[in-house]
Amino acid sequence: MAKKIRVLMAKPGLDGHDRGAKVVARALRDAGMEVIYTGLRQTPEDIVEAAIQEDVDAIGLSSLSGAHMVLFPEVVKLLKKRGAGDIVVVAGGIIPDDDIPRLAKAGIKAVFGPGTPLADIVAYFRSAAK
Amino acid sequence: MKIVEQVLKGDKRAAGKLISMIEDDDPGATEALAAIYPHTGKAHIVGFTGPPGVGKSSLINRLIREFRVRDRKVGVVAVDPTSPFTGGAVLGDRIRMSDTGTDPGVFIRSMATRGHTGGLGLATFDAVKVLDASGIDLVFVETVGAGQSEIEIASRAHTTVVVQMPQSGDAVQALKAGILEIGDLYVVNKTDLGGADAMSSNLDFMLEERQGWRPLVIQTSALEGTGIKELADAINKHYRYLKGGAGWRRKESDRARKELYESMRRLLAESFADETEGITLEDTVGAIVARKTDARAAAKKLLRDLKLPK
Repeated sequence: MAKKIRVLMAKPGLDGHDRGAKVVARALRDAGMEVIYTGLRQTPEDIVEAAIQEDVDAIGLSSLSGAHMVLFPEVVKLLKKRGAGDIVVVAGGIIPDDDIPRLAKAGIKAVFGPGTPLADIVAYFRSAAK
Repeated sequence: MKIVEQVLKGDKRAAGKLISMIEDDDPGATEALAAIYPHTGKAHIVGFTGPPGVGKSSLINRLIREFRVRDRKVGVVAVDPTSPFTGGAVLGDRIRMSDTGTDPGVFIRSMATRGHTGGLGLATFDAVKVLDASGIDLVFVETVGAGQSEIEIASRAHTTVVVQMPQSGDAVQALKAGILEIGDLYVVNKTDLGGADAMSSNLDFMLEERQGWRPLVIQTSALEGTGIKELADAINKHYRYLKGGAGWRRKESDRARKELYESMRRLLAESFADETEGITLEDTVGAIVARKTDARAAAKKLLRDLKLPK
């Protein structure tokens, strides 16, 4: 049996809903992955702690209310600090185009905005976990 | 092994990685397990079973906080089902335990059953061993909560907590064989819904003493946070009962026996996954269908000629 890919779906900040994150979670599940979803209103510290305990291959961060430029790089930073810099971090939600290069510079490996085909997201996680 | 040394020191990243290593059956997993096993045996393992949606995760969340106040180090292994069609899983128990966030005295691991039936995964209790060896002295194991999961957890945990709720037709459900025979503690959760008193007295009426322990019935509301102290006290009471007599030794023997049988079953399945001396299992299947042999005789022959995997 091929090694199972484990992914953490996380929502840092104060978003009010998580429909998108749940849609992605289901797609990843249907693609044979194990998805841990930690729910709304997580801090970067909560997310990194969960990622380490769950030993995930990748983290999908979702933000809808503009907190991404502060919170997403913080997650990357904390992961490195805790010796878990090998965990791939990707982003989704409402991310202005102008912010994408800055997120990339901060260590976010890909950004999947609204309308991204789920198959693309699945394919990315599959290759990232190798 | 370096990773084992780190786990014994309480390194969480190492513990997370070691659990994965064992679950994925990576090279070195058997050696790692052998290395940590002598360091296990201290943790009190408490299993939680009950129908899906009854509040197991939410209760565990409350209990984590209560036991942390009592200065215990708490681990949780939460099991959710793997889809038989896609092989994937959404592991959604941890979301109910998000209060504990970054508490260094808490370790929560979500695991999928990965095809194993019975409410638990094959590596569930290997994960428990890793947490035990890392210095955690109380480990909650949460089952999938369907089918025969009650029976399996009872033979693997020290204390089995059966969680029920009122108003779900489960007053009669609760009286069915199996559930009433394996629990050490019975919890009627969701008392906020009403009807809990009737259910509690039903349970109390039906439960009998086994080997010197009379199962306790506790009412809780994980939502409102009531009954949690009483449940924590009851868990500790059962631990003292086990430790005070032959109970602990008996449970440990049950656990070891069950694990031995499981390990032998696994090895058997693995050794027949590949060819044995050019005769595949399918050849034997063909011979049975053609009435050249029967299944029982064929099984005896296969086992006699068995070569175990390395």
